[in-house]
Amino acid sequence: MSEATGRPAPHVEASAFSVYYRRNQAVKAVSLGIPAGAVTAIIGPSGCGKSTLLRAINRMNDLVPGCRTEGKLLFGGQDLYSPDVDVVALRRRVGMVFQKPNPFPKSVFDNVAYGPRLHGRLNAGELAEVVERSLVAAALWEEVKDRLNDNALGLSGGQQQRLCMARALAVNPEILLMDEPTSALDPRATLRIEDLIDELRGRYTIIIVTHNMQQAARVSGFTAFMYEGVLIEFGVTRDLFTKPKEKQTEDYITGRFG
Amino acid sequence: MRLQTRKILDRAFSGSGVLAIALMASALVILLVPMFVRGAGAIFFTGTVEHRRVMLEKFERGDRPAVEAEIAAAQEARAPVYRMLADFDRRLDEGDAAYRARYAKPVKELKKALRELFGPAPGSIRPMLMRDQYGQTRWDRARVKRERVIYREEWDYSNPAKAGIRLLKPRVLDFAGTPVEGLFGDLEHNLEKMLLPRKTAYWQFLTDESYDSHFFGGIWPELLGTFYLTVGALLLAIPMGLIAAIYLTEYAVESRLLQVLRTCISTLSGVPSIVFGLFGLAFFINTLHVSRSKSVLAGSMTLALMILPTVIRASEEAIRAVPRTYKEAAMSLGAGRWHTVLSIILPAALPGILTGIVISMGRAAGETAPIIFTAAVSVGKPLAFWQTWTQPTPALSWNIYNLATEHEAVDEVRHVQYGLVLVLVVLVLLLNLAAILLRARIARRMRT
Repeated sequence: MSEATGRPAPHVEASAFSVYYRRNQAVKAVSLGIPAGAVTAIIGPSGCGKSTLLRAINRMNDLVPGCRTEGKLLFGGQDLYSPDVDVVALRRRVGMVFQKPNPFPKSVFDNVAYGPRLHGRLNAGELAEVVERSLVAAALWEEVKDRLNDNALGLSGGQQQRLCMARALAVNPEILLMDEPTSALDPRATLRIEDLIDELRGRYTIIIVTHNMQQAARVSGFTAFMYEGVLIEFGVTRDLFTKPKEKQTEDYITGRFG
Repeated sequence: MRLQTRKILDRAFSGSGVLAIALMASALVILLVPMFVRGAGAIFFTGTVEHRRVMLEKFERGDRPAVEAEIAAAQEARAPVYRMLADFDRRLDEGDAAYRARYAKPVKELKKALRELFGPAPGSIRPMLMRDQYGQTRWDRARVKRERVIYREEWDYSNPAKAGIRLLKPRVLDFAGTPVEGLFGDLEHNLEKMLLPRKTAYWQFLTDESYDSHFFGGIWPELLGTFYLTVGALLLAIPMGLIAAIYLTEYAVESRLLQVLRTCISTLSGVPSIVFGLFGLAFFINTLHVSRSKSVLAGSMTLALMILPTVIRASEEAIRAVPRTYKEAAMSLGAGRWHTVLSIILPAALPGILTGIVISMGRAAGETAPIIFTAAVSVGKPLAFWQTWTQPTPALSWNIYNLATEHEAVDEVRHVQYGLVLVLVVLVLLLNLAAILLRARIARRMRT
């Protein structure tokens, strides 16, 4: 706990962190500390760099050719971009849920078991236990417990997204990154995901990128507003939405642009 | 454009589309029906007692007493023919020089024609070649040979402006007033008793060795040879092609060099197969010495090289078609690149990869040119697995060509040639069917 701000200690801390795609700077010298155990939303118009910042945390940007970073991004005090970081081990500690539900074309069980199988030597009973626990945590168990061997692509979009969350939770990560997790879902499915985020609060550090300002206001404790790669404002969600310090933030949340 | 004009154009277009499809379908029917009918003739035909004799003596097949009884009955039916010939021989011995000179050649020809029909005359020495040891095994061929006994072929070149005209002269006229005069009528009416034709299903055509340049027996060496060559080519091409495709899609950094490489692969798939054949001879056999001369191994390598571009391209396309999100999901769970490829990308790309493999398989099984110089011989024994490293083999595709053009008696083995065609076509169709089913099954498992 940092006494001065009253916020929990930062779990992920960026200092003057920049991301370039070849010559294009997508994230510009961002500095912020994402508190542990809380839900932090990153909002901003399309192309503002919020997804890039999110994907920097589990180094998914490594897959993009010509991507490089500057500055520091600390995760539990360790620099994520120092050369001795084991990316595979890192990704195990940082789960991710994507914009479009992307279950593997395998059975429900195999989807959830993919991560645990990858990392640990579990026997069949332990594996089944992990799968059940993850599906329960993702509020999907009741719906799929009788069809664990069915192909995951047969589930509805909302169920698929919750399956993806279960899959991410199954490796027991410390952080859960969510990249617009409800943008491809209908309002009911969206609500269920939001409820789920609410339930997971406190157990995981959750960072959610969203287009939807109401969603950010509903689910997050902290909000960061980015615009054109720059972090404009970061603070407690209620404060940011009711009395923004910056003019740009106010314009954006009142719908004057974006 | 006016509405009316548009309607006419639309109708004309769909009309020509239907016409094109109808043409294609009829061409297929015209092609396939004779192929199946004549190909089936290699297995289902009217066989003579000679066929049953071959089966008994060469393959120990059939009911020995029954066949021997048939042989005896046939010999008895033929006895008058040989008696007449013997009478005539005696008459010639007794006759004067002019009489002998007049009939010397016609009798020789007659005896030859009879030998082709019935095999060696009773009591004569056993000939060297198997084809001379037996008479006609197929009733259709036997009737053709009977015509050759009854009629003498003569060519009329009297009009130099025209090509020669074939004339059929009844031999009975040549032998009027001799003891063999009755022979021709006897053949005309009693050939069935002499050869005992019966409907035959020679299933073992598929699994029998061939004897005496395909005059007798089946096509097992060819079938086995094609199997070895195709499987060998696939065993070599699939791993190489898959690894290349994975490298090109997942590992290689896009660059000018990579584009050049891709172009090279595409070009390679357009190279004529005969060039691959020559390359295989020059490189695998003459340079690398994978075998002393032609071998299944060298042929498989050549075929593998030929199908490699197709395997690479198809696998590449299939891997590229796997949604990026699968890969991202696997990576975000902490899977390494290689594990992502093995556990997620390859399974998802499998239907597409399989399609490429099957197309290649059909091509490898059917190609002739690449194996002419590297693996194929026209006659051979079925090979054991370990012999494939050093020995050449007959193969369906090559022997179709060989029997159609280079065989010393094309007419006599026509049925074998059609049988080979049928087997090759059915084989390729079955392979494709199997692949379609497999692909559908995998795709179904992937979807829901």
